[in-house]
Order: sequence, then structure tokens, then C-alpha cells
Amino acid sequence: MQRGGGGLVPGTSLGRGSHTVLAMRVAIIDYEAGNLTSVQRALAHLGVQAEVTADPARVVAADRVIFPGVGAAASCMASLRGKGLDGALKAAVAAGRPTLGICLGLQLLFEHSEEDGGVPCLGLLPGRVVRFQRDDPAIKIPHMGWNPTTLTDPVLGRGLDQPVLYYVHSYHVVPGPGVEVIATCDHGGEFCSGVRRDNLVAVQFHPEKSGATGLKLLANFLA
Amino acid sequence: MLTKRVIVCLDVRAGQVTKGVKFQGNIDLGDPVDFAARYDAQGADELVFYDITASAEKRGLFVDVVRRVAERIFIPFAVGGGIRSVENMREVLLAGAEKVSLNSPAVRDPALISAGARAFGSQCVVLGIDARRVDPTATIPSGYEVVIDGGRTPTGMDVVAWARQAEALGAGEICLNAIDTDGVRQGYELNITCRVAEAVRIPVIASGGGGRPEHLIDAVTKGKAEAALVASMVHYGDYTVADIKTAMAQSGVPIRH
Repeated sequence: MQRGGGGLVPGTSLGRGSHTVLAMRVAIIDYEAGNLTSVQRALAHLGVQAEVTADPARVVAADRVIFPGVGAAASCMASLRGKGLDGALKAAVAAGRPTLGICLGLQLLFEHSEEDGGVPCLGLLPGRVVRFQRDDPAIKIPHMGWNPTTLTDPVLGRGLDQPVLYYVHSYHVVPGPGVEVIATCDHGGEFCSGVRRDNLVAVQFHPEKSGATGLKLLANFLA
Repeated sequence: MLTKRVIVCLDVRAGQVTKGVKFQGNIDLGDPVDFAARYDAQGADELVFYDITASAEKRGLFVDVVRRVAERIFIPFAVGGGIRSVENMREVLLAGAEKVSLNSPAVRDPALISAGARAFGSQCVVLGIDARRVDPTATIPSGYEVVIDGGRTPTGMDVVAWARQAEALGAGEICLNAIDTDGVRQGYELNITCRVAEAVRIPVIASGGGGRPEHLIDAVTKGKAEAALVASMVHYGDYTVADIKTAMAQSGVPIRH
């Protein structure tokens, strides 16, 4: 695998001191889900000072939006709605801002999740979120660890061939019609681990925890 | 398919990496951030830092280590030792840890597992179990007893039963540490590792006894573990993580290159 360092990512022009990067406003949506700081630290390593914000106006005004998340669907949806961030996210996507969902930030984009006894989600994309159903007891749940991923998105996947990425989740998305599947992965059977619709792209794995490969993927999103 | 993980364990005392043998006697080895960066570069899939500092006033020093590691490496790492409350968990997760490992406090207060899972999600909560071999009894049918306080206190609990209970309470992963083989580098306790792995649906990490690459291969094949923890065998320079993973790949174990 590739090894980055010093804020520079091999194969991209992104790095500390790049004017285009410094001028870019990146908002990380703060809805009290875990691991917001991990995404922020990874971007800082790429030379981008992203803002973690719960202010809907700041989200709408950003050049790039990241919708991260580790946590439970019900409480995170309640937090998003309570802060008016659901509307801000929809506005940013509708305005054409490149937006990246990560993990729970992928799942909540869909219409409904089975988690927590059933949770209505944002409905930005058709489809639903279901728990892994695997008969083989050797297939452990949560799906936790590094898994080779077929990544076909020309933007996110630039310079990455069959990347091995870090996953941790017990639910996965089943996209409806009109959603482009850009990533697939196998865990006792193939599942969708990434989708795109126009400027909205979202992934189940954690680029911020996937070493140099993940940093490269984040740099691709920002480029 | 999901690759098997090699996890490097670093014991941290007063801000320094240290390594003990069978919980007795420790020697300081160096700066945790340097170790983390080195093992990341060697291809470690995950790291775990145990705070073995006894005194509360050194706690801040450990949280600072967590923060410095999180700024430098971008692979998952867990933190254990001295985590007794949801607030303790929040502190290290906010500092940048991916998971927390609960051990003795979870035995004394199993509700800590469910409270942590509710607050942060099951995937954040690793249950560490220290297992000691005993003669099987009616209450310990597996022949492995849960011990706490670094092996000093027997609990009368069966390891397999405790693993199942922890899973039901919301633990997302189990790190099974065999006290009898810890630090002696003669191989993992495959028997109990396999029995726990078959008893729960969540991933199990084999810990205690890794000394050669074959031991890790055994742990993830015969032991049915998803991951194996190493310490001495890489800290002293006998092997790099890359050496171990090359051997695993050659024997057909799926690993991340």
C-alpha cells in the first residue's frame, strides 16, 4: 500500500501550502456522532483546516461537506433534526456542493433503517438499510476490519486499485433505483459499500481510518 | 473477503511504552507515538494502548498520548486500562481512539458495557477478558476462569459464559487474553480462543503468547480468531509486522498488504 507523509499525498497536487486547498471551506457536520475529530485530523494531515460545525448556515455555505458518523441511527437522526442539520444537508446537496457521507453518514441518506426497531431517515436517496443476515456463524458481525473493495468511482477511486479499506458496521445499505453503486465489498456475500448520485457520494468504509489509502481517497474528494 | 488483523499491543506507563512478563516486572521501551508510527509503516492493522499507570494524576499524560497518536497515524486504535465510566470512555474517544477496551471494571459492573454501547455504539466497546486455566467445575465448565486486576483476583466466572453475557450486553468485540501464556511467546491458547470464537457472533481477538508468525496463523485458523495481538515479538525486533503478515499470506491467510 502507499505510504503518505508530511501532509503530502502521492499522486495528487494536494498538500500543505496549496492556495486552492487553503481557500476551500470544508464543513464536517457535527451531530453528536462519534469520531468527528478523526475526519478533522485526517484532513489536517492533508493540509486542510476543516470546520466541525452544528450551524446549518455554515454547512450550507461550505465548498465541501462531509457527513461522517459512528453511532446509532435513531439518536443521530433525532440530533440532526433537532439542530436543523437535516435541512442544511439537503440544501447543500441541492446546491450542488460535493458532499461525502461516511459510514452512518451513508446509511442515513436513505429512506429507512432497520436499526433501533426501525428509523425513518433522510430520504435523500431511495433505498433502505438492513442488518447483515449471514447464516454462516464464522461470518462475524459487526463487519470489523480491513476488506478489499471494488471502487469504481472515477473521482474517489483515482489512483487506487482494489483498495483495502477499514470497515466497522452491522448494517448495510440496499440502494433503490437511480442510485449508482460505486463500491462493493464481500463479507459472506457481496454488499454495496458506496453510492453516488451527482455531487453526493457516500461510503460505508472509513477513509479517515484507512491509512495512506484512505488519505488518498479523502484527497481525491477534496481535489 | 475480510482480512485477518495483526494488532500491536503497547503497554503505556507514565507516557512510555513498557512491556511486562506475566504481569510482573516492566521495562520501558520508548515513546508511544514513535512506536505507533513505526508499526503503522510496517503494516499493523490496528493498535491498542493499555494505560498501566496506577496513579490517577498520570491519567492526563495518557490522554495526551492518545491525542498525539491520533494526530500522527490514521489507522484504528483502541485504548484500555483505567476506563471505569462512560466519562472515561468519552475522554479517550474524543482524544481520537476508535474503541475502548473494558476489563476488570466491566466484571464489577457489567452495566458499563451496555452504557458504553448505548452512548457510543457497540463497535466502540471491546471487552477484554483475562483467562486462566483451572480444573473444570460446575460453575466453570470450560476450565478457564475469568481473572481480574491483572490476574491477581479470581472471579469464579466461566470465560465462555462471560463472553456470551458481554455480547448480549452490547460488546462489539472480545479480546481474549490467556494469562498462562502471556509474555512467554510459546503460542496462543488455541483451545479457549476457539471455544469463545464459536460461542459468540462478534469478532474475537487472540491475545497472550504470540512469539512466532506460525502462532498468529494458528490463532486465526485453528483458534478461529479474527485478529491476533502481538507485543514482545515485535517490540524487541525479532520480527516486524511485515514479516508476520508475509508468513500469514504464504500460508493462505487473507491479510492486508
